[in-house]
Amino acid sequence: MRARIVTCLIVVGILCGTSRMAFAQIPVDLSGEWANRMHEDLPWRGPGQRVGEFQGLPINAEARMKAESWMASAYAMPERQCIPFPMDMAYTFGNMRIWKVKDSPSQEVIAWGQLNEWQQQERTIWMDGRPHPPEGAPHTWQGFSTGEWDGTLLKVTTTHLKMAYLERNGVPRSDQATVVEYYARHDNILTITTIVEDPVYLTEPWVRTRNFASAPNQELNAYPCRPAVELDVPEHQVPHYLPGQNPFLESGVAIGVPKPALPGGAHTMYPEFARQLKTQP
Amino acid sequence: MSLHIFRSIFAAAATIAAAVAFSWPEVAAQTPTSGDVTVLPVQGAVSVLFGPGGPNNSTSANITVQASEDAVVLVDTGREDASGQFIAAIRRISTRPVRFIINTQAGRDHTGGNEALSLSGRPYGGRAAGAGFLLPGAADGATIIAHEHVLAVLSGLRGSPAVPFRAHPTETYFAPEHELFNHEAIQIFHEPAALTDGDSVVFFRRSDVISAGDVFSTVTYPRIDPRAGGTVNGTISALNHIIDLAIPREKQEGGTYIIPGHGRIADEADVVEYRDMIVIIRDRVQDLMTKGRTLDQIKAAKVPFDYDRRYSKPEWTGEQFVESIFATLPRTTNSASR
Repeated sequence: MRARIVTCLIVVGILCGTSRMAFAQIPVDLSGEWANRMHEDLPWRGPGQRVGEFQGLPINAEARMKAESWMASAYAMPERQCIPFPMDMAYTFGNMRIWKVKDSPSQEVIAWGQLNEWQQQERTIWMDGRPHPPEGAPHTWQGFSTGEWDGTLLKVTTTHLKMAYLERNGVPRSDQATVVEYYARHDNILTITTIVEDPVYLTEPWVRTRNFASAPNQELNAYPCRPAVELDVPEHQVPHYLPGQNPFLESGVAIGVPKPALPGGAHTMYPEFARQLKTQP
Repeated sequence: MSLHIFRSIFAAAATIAAAVAFSWPEVAAQTPTSGDVTVLPVQGAVSVLFGPGGPNNSTSANITVQASEDAVVLVDTGREDASGQFIAAIRRISTRPVRFIINTQAGRDHTGGNEALSLSGRPYGGRAAGAGFLLPGAADGATIIAHEHVLAVLSGLRGSPAVPFRAHPTETYFAPEHELFNHEAIQIFHEPAALTDGDSVVFFRRSDVISAGDVFSTVTYPRIDPRAGGTVNGTISALNHIIDLAIPREKQEGGTYIIPGHGRIADEADVVEYRDMIVIIRDRVQDLMTKGRTLDQIKAAKVPFDYDRRYSKPEWTGEQFVESIFATLPRTTNSASR
């Protein structure tokens, strides 16, 4: 009888230990230093889109109106000078570090820490099953992220984002958006696919990918920021164009963007639109 | 093997099983609730109560709760029919008596609980044996502070029905600023001609939290009431004042937190976004007024279209917001009358 009980307890112990080990296992180690690879969408990530260049973005008419009233001087407002890229723009440029956050008693990975070099934005991707914050909680530039493994893909869901830009030329993304990312590591290359859904300003999900290469000896730069008055304008002035008065909306034509593509919209994302453009005079 | 060893093994196995089941802490999003009222800590000694329906849908204004070992100070009292839930929620934060209530405006979604929440507390001071400085009848409720124009509305002097006497402000101010201390400095600023002529913004200095009342909302356009002395330019001035008071942490995030009259906890960047939206729509309306457009023509131009999906609500639409702007902007020689 005693032997049977002992055997039973040992089996229970082994099962507990095994399941615990399995639970603690991570399919892919994402930690390390990652160097941004800029080949994809380079013109948009370097010099950036011109004012009025919305092609390929699934924006609605409201987003277009807001972006058309945007004036670049907004970046000089003391209240806006230190606003960083939100998490869905974070990989535009700059390198990155990812590390494991471990629960001290169990040494299990309970989160991934991530530092994006450009504007020094740190975020946490919680892996311990915690819920997202209640709707009354503050929103942040990096939002609140939780992750789960889908095979070897890390799926990350982010909510509680602040109102921000989808692109640097004033295309808006609202604070109601939800962002899903997939982290895929292939040897020394990390590809992050970002899918933005915004019920306020997008008609379809906006998808983009960014690639990083492992760079073990890399160090990241700091990015301190303190606002200062840069322009001799009245305090609290809000730069913007009135409807119909933005003179730069067709400036993209000068660099070869077909005029019908400039207003953007979901249809401009698809190959059919490109083929249709070729048939036009 | 002795029974003692069996017990030890069994206890160890049970411990392992328990550790597997509960090894990761439940650290996020613990949201104490009392009925349908949600409580969230904000910063320092300040918490916020969201009324039934939650921060984005409640017809009750948010209630700010600041607690010290002497007293509880409230900013606004929410809807009357939720008073019992609010009192229960406040008791979860502190067992000290509510001694001061500050009304940021006269709206019933902000002052509906004045009577019940005041009577749930006590005034500052008391009656030691054989002594007492309080006025007759003043010993049984918290002091209610508001700008004097709020008292004028609630007592029926502005045309709307008077509320019960017990719900009236008992301490009014008329200067630009009024002060209070509850283990930290509390500044009450009058924001003239904002949504009404009686709006207050409350700044908890050590906690670094601003309770903004309805001049800031994360849910709707500002409900400017021209008949009550409200103006769009006064609303923008009030928001600029909040921006001046608030100091964010690095990267324009956190630091001073701001509790809106309705909606979620915010910081300066959220107020900047809201202020910019109002300025942009104001400028569009002003431009069309200068060109001689009528109100109907301006409404037809859909000047707030790019913000409507975010801020227009059935109870306060973008069109109504435009009407309130039109009614309170100065007319130029070219602008048409309504």
